[in-house]
Amino acid sequence: MNHLVAAPLLLPLLTGAWLVLGVDRPIARHRAFSLAGCLALTLITGLLLFQSITGPVQVYVLGNWSPPFGIVLVLDRLSAMMVFITALLGFLSLVYAVHGTDLEGKNFHALFQFQLLGINGAFLTGDIFNLFVFFEIMLLASYGLVLHGGSGPRIRAGMHYALLNLVGSSIFLVGVGILYSLLGTLNMADLAVRIIQAPESSAALIQAGGLILFAVFALKAALLPVCFWLPAAYSFTSAPVAALFAVMTKVGVYVILRVFTLIFGDHGAAGANLLAPWLQPAALITLAAGTAGLLAAQNLRRITAFLVIVSVGTLLAVAGTLEQDAIAAAIVYLPHTTFMTGGMFLVTDMIAQQRPDAGAKLIPDQPVQQQTLLGLLFMGTAIAIAGLPPLSGFFAKVMMLIHVQYYSGSAWIWFLILFAGFLGLIALGRAGSIIFWKTLPVQNINSAEGAGTRPSRLPVFGPIYVLPAAALLGISPLLVIFGQPMARFADTVAAQLVEPVLYIEAVLGLERAALFFAHTGGL
Amino acid sequence: MNIALIALLPLLGAFIPCLFYNRNLNAASAGVIAGFSLLLLLLQAPAVFSGDIPLYTRSWIPAMGLTFAFRVSGFGFLFALLVLGIGLLIVLYARYYIAAEDPMGRFYTYLLFFMGSMLGIVLSENLLLLMVFWELTSISSFLLIGFWRDRTDARQGAFMALVITAGGGFAMLAGFLLLGHIVGSFELTDILAAGQIVQAHPLYPVTLILILAGAFTKSAQFPFQFWLPHAMAAPTPVSAFLHSATMVKAGVFLLALLVPVLSGTALWFTIVTATGLITLVFAAYMAMFKDDLKGLLAYSTVSHLGLITFLLGLGTPLAVFAAVFHIFNHAAFKAGLFLLAGIIDHETGTRDILRLSGLKKTMPVTAALTVIGSGAMAGVPLFNGFLSKEMFLAETLAPGLTGAWSWILPAGAVLAAAFAVAYSIRMLHGVFWGKPAEDLPSHPHEPPVGMILSPAFLMAVCVLVGIFPAFFAGPLVKAGAGAILGPDMPPYHMAVWHGFNMALILSIIALAGGVVFYRQRQRLFDAHVWCSRNLDGKTLFESLVSQMVHIGEMVTGYTENGSFQRYSALLIGSALVLGVSPFVRDSAPFLGSVPLTIPDPVTLVMGLILISAAIATVVTHRIRILSIIMLGTVGLMVSLAFSRFSAPDLALTQISVELVTIILMMMALHMLPRITPKESSSCRKWRDIVLSVLAGGGAAAVMMAVLTRPFDTISDFFLAHSVPGGGGSNVVNVILVDFRGFDTLGEITVLVIAGLVIYALLHNFDITGPRTDAQGYPWSRDRFPIILVNITRPLLPLALLFSVYIFLRGHNDPGGGFIAGLITVAVLILQYIASGIVWTRPRFHFDNHVIMALGLIVALVTGFGSWVVGYPFLTSTFAYVTLPLVGKFEIASAMAFDLGVYLAVVGSIMLVLVKLGTINSSDAQIVSTTFQREKEIQKEGH
Repeated sequence: MNHLVAAPLLLPLLTGAWLVLGVDRPIARHRAFSLAGCLALTLITGLLLFQSITGPVQVYVLGNWSPPFGIVLVLDRLSAMMVFITALLGFLSLVYAVHGTDLEGKNFHALFQFQLLGINGAFLTGDIFNLFVFFEIMLLASYGLVLHGGSGPRIRAGMHYALLNLVGSSIFLVGVGILYSLLGTLNMADLAVRIIQAPESSAALIQAGGLILFAVFALKAALLPVCFWLPAAYSFTSAPVAALFAVMTKVGVYVILRVFTLIFGDHGAAGANLLAPWLQPAALITLAAGTAGLLAAQNLRRITAFLVIVSVGTLLAVAGTLEQDAIAAAIVYLPHTTFMTGGMFLVTDMIAQQRPDAGAKLIPDQPVQQQTLLGLLFMGTAIAIAGLPPLSGFFAKVMMLIHVQYYSGSAWIWFLILFAGFLGLIALGRAGSIIFWKTLPVQNINSAEGAGTRPSRLPVFGPIYVLPAAALLGISPLLVIFGQPMARFADTVAAQLVEPVLYIEAVLGLERAALFFAHTGGL
Repeated sequence: MNIALIALLPLLGAFIPCLFYNRNLNAASAGVIAGFSLLLLLLQAPAVFSGDIPLYTRSWIPAMGLTFAFRVSGFGFLFALLVLGIGLLIVLYARYYIAAEDPMGRFYTYLLFFMGSMLGIVLSENLLLLMVFWELTSISSFLLIGFWRDRTDARQGAFMALVITAGGGFAMLAGFLLLGHIVGSFELTDILAAGQIVQAHPLYPVTLILILAGAFTKSAQFPFQFWLPHAMAAPTPVSAFLHSATMVKAGVFLLALLVPVLSGTALWFTIVTATGLITLVFAAYMAMFKDDLKGLLAYSTVSHLGLITFLLGLGTPLAVFAAVFHIFNHAAFKAGLFLLAGIIDHETGTRDILRLSGLKKTMPVTAALTVIGSGAMAGVPLFNGFLSKEMFLAETLAPGLTGAWSWILPAGAVLAAAFAVAYSIRMLHGVFWGKPAEDLPSHPHEPPVGMILSPAFLMAVCVLVGIFPAFFAGPLVKAGAGAILGPDMPPYHMAVWHGFNMALILSIIALAGGVVFYRQRQRLFDAHVWCSRNLDGKTLFESLVSQMVHIGEMVTGYTENGSFQRYSALLIGSALVLGVSPFVRDSAPFLGSVPLTIPDPVTLVMGLILISAAIATVVTHRIRILSIIMLGTVGLMVSLAFSRFSAPDLALTQISVELVTIILMMMALHMLPRITPKESSSCRKWRDIVLSVLAGGGAAAVMMAVLTRPFDTISDFFLAHSVPGGGGSNVVNVILVDFRGFDTLGEITVLVIAGLVIYALLHNFDITGPRTDAQGYPWSRDRFPIILVNITRPLLPLALLFSVYIFLRGHNDPGGGFIAGLITVAVLILQYIASGIVWTRPRFHFDNHVIMALGLIVALVTGFGSWVVGYPFLTSTFAYVTLPLVGKFEIASAMAFDLGVYLAVVGSIMLVLVKLGTINSSDAQIVSTTFQREKEIQKEGH
């Protein structure tokens, strides 16, 4: 058994626990451990990604209790990609955070590691109750990170976030309870097999359970009408945390894809095509609402937060067709949008730090100190996000538009995706023009006037400070240059998703998989 | 590769001019790069003139039909030549134009970036690749127009240009995708050959309109024309480049390129011709009233673009030929005129026609060149503009036109031509003739030679082509038009003298009309005041943008209003709707086959208490302490229910959790006001009541439905394997620490995180609780009742022993680490309550962080232990050992895991409790300082 599969969970957990143990140790030590942990995590997940590309679905049977009785971790291509994205984004966010964000409150690094644990757990687990546990870890840790070092609005936003998600947790339990009591198992692969054997009389109840779970996943993914916690929570929290959170909504997207292709997939069972009337309309409305928010936002942080909503809407509108090629296109878009919105949070923060009065607000202020550097970073990231060439956003968008065109609702998807790109361009263009062009004359900030309210000296960023944002932006051209390998990889990811028999075989063995296979009529 | 390099060289080399601090090097490096590109282009000339289309194709992303493919068609060659030729002249000119204080390196970087993008458009073979370059021109022109970033008009102009052109690009992208969908390929070679398939396809109208939207926005066609004049805020070399040969020509380039595919239908004819004609006339009219030289030229540009669009709309071979010819001519004279306007601006300090006057004395060379340019613009014989304009007039008389078109087209054309004459005269006469102006910002004089060279060259082209068209422009235009028309290439006649025909008559009418308009300009100006007040595109655009922002604000403000109540109502409502939806069309009976049991009186009473306590919790929520007591009752009933249904573990857990939670809540309550203000309107209350009743009722109904169905689960496995596999007869505990130990590991992590979060939250909080009680009396000094103190202290060891007992028996009987931990916590809290924090804290001075972290690590290490023997994480083992006196007992690795659970529970809850207890008490200071001091003493001791 490949113990590496469990490493994305055990490593951050151990690092986190170790950091709590040394709570009074100097911050340098915390930073060293935390960074080392994240770096190792990135390397390991990179290796796992490589293994998943070349090899079969891997299963890690915790406690050696053979499934469906014990808890399993399952590493297929999608989960491997997601943990790698998380690790990389986490590492870069952390590199940014060690420049002072981590000093604003207590135990930042431990919480950060636990956050990684929660996210990775949600990606890797093959057990629906275990998913609940990881949702809780994710929620608590993210709550801590949202609050970290803050007061006032940050606490208020964090409170809403946490409370709403706690309500979501109870709803999750209702859904899981229904499924367990009707299907008698918690293992997701086993659920997929048992659902095709479920009696017709229970179909509606099973569907209700699945849809109630969808409500919770939609909350995590920030779909309308349950997305309103996001703008405040993401825009008030510290930048590296917000950057890491760019992947959190993708957890919601991931579980929707996982659960509704595996358990409620199109296999002719009780729960087949359960989401068809809900997911795509919700995603499209989310896309529209996120776009409206983009326009209304008077603050670059909020713009970025709404970009996250737009990206979720886009992803699910396209992947929501649950067709292989459309999912593949969405999977090409997923790393792009995650890294770019993450990077935008960092760029925004750097800009805000160098604007003494306005911060991230879109009102004229003195020019930022490092105009060329920040201007390039902002412009590059904005171009990527708005979906303009030559960066990855354009290619991912075109890919999605091409592959979604044969499915129902494609006219709406086309219109909304293109329109959202257009309005994103307006919002970001306006923001950039105000921040970098519409500047006030430079004042000596040490002058007596207003000296009290301003920081005595504005920061000037060194290479290490800029590195995370630059590295995230640097991923974009890579995704373009290696567009074809990426597209081919995405296609294999999507193939695994829509045809889950290999997943089931890896978890439950040949016999159960054959049962599933026979019922669903084969490939 | 050479072909690809033509476009890639300026793009990849764009950063190079930025590297130098010397202005000559800035310009020279840009010139060298552009020159190399030009050289590469000219290398293709022999092939192109012989009718070949050199191709370069490399695979890129087949999954989306994108190839890295370039082609040099005759038309592309003509365009690329214009881009690079004029580009080089601009590079030279800008060296003298851009002021010393402006960042010249950056200017050339943007310019090369733009040049490369433009070359990419005209040389792409793949439509998606073309789209890439298309949007790149939008971005780079944004940067160029906004070059003087501190000027408001530059910012607004740049932003407007970006929004309009890039926005149009989005529409065009959709159109291209549809085109690719129809044809099945994005390669131009395939698409150009598929005209009939495309036009027969039901999606043709949509495709056409989307593509036209992109082309029209880029080429500033009506009603998108307004961005172009505002883009004049750019430095003049930029305007000359963008608005003669490049940016705006991209739109007409695309139209011409796709003529073989899209034209020939009534739809194409109507839209394109009408748009072109309206633009042509309207912009020419507007140009007459512009006092700003560049503004005048800008509208003239729009008008000429309209002319080209109009010709392409006609779609006849000769019209297309005329369009290509005019593209060439217009590029030459308009670039030259812009540069001359820049010289005037540069040397006199103003571009205002009303202020400028009589410059021909002081700037004779400039004046002479401007005469040529204006002549070409007005369509005066012997200049190149005349030739293509006459072809254009001839086309409006083409016999194929029927109905109203047959007179509207020539009439509009003549009118526009007359306007063009009028504004050309105005420009020339107003600036160079008349009394020399006195009050110019700077003293006018001829510019440096380097600056005049570029326009001089262009004007020379105008004259030479004007007189010897067939020799100087013939092959180029033939190659260009031939690439579009293919076998349909018409017989054409390029010469100054066509004989006395209808077109010539129209030309003469236009010239005469222009002179008349110019002489009567005052009347026109009066009439125009009304128009300009009501037809300002910029105001319209800005109000449109602010309208959209307003709508966005309304939507967002209404939905994302910061109300938690609303958010949770939406969440619960969504879950409710989703949960109910499957039953709407379900015909199966809701309840299952298992018969219902009659509830016994005890259960009934418990249920009633539970329900009323839950309701009471809500009803009394404003009096917090009462509400918490009710909540405690609910918890108590739940634990009673557990024990009634034979789940002692759950009952034990529930009751200890209740205890600890209620204490925590009481401590938190201390910081809050005793009574909450009334916050909800009765309307919202009713909404919430309905929602909760439905949600609660729904959950209960589902529960009923589920419980009445036969239950077949994997739990039998757990019952069967608990003793042989897990080594414990308490199945609940074995599930917790073994079967699903990983869940438990997760849950104790949650506890630890909760501890950290609450600790961090309180750490940052600056809250002060009430100094007095509700009646305003200070708190009693007598805080620690002696009896309680005396009872709790001896209780401590007993209770701890009890928790050890509970812990140890856990694997086989009700108990375990979680419950034991809670018991320990309870008894420790009791010490704090009874004796106060000042007494207690120093006696338990271990850091709770450490305890809970140890708990996690112990659990983890237990899990890792199984790796050593080659099993997966958390695999358990157990053995029976016999010790003297104690006898035979069992040691399970799961017990070590359980110890981790115990420590994590104790550590995390105590962490929170102590923090809560100290946050607002005056004792906190004492505790923390004594605690710190003790620690320091300890450290020194070591």
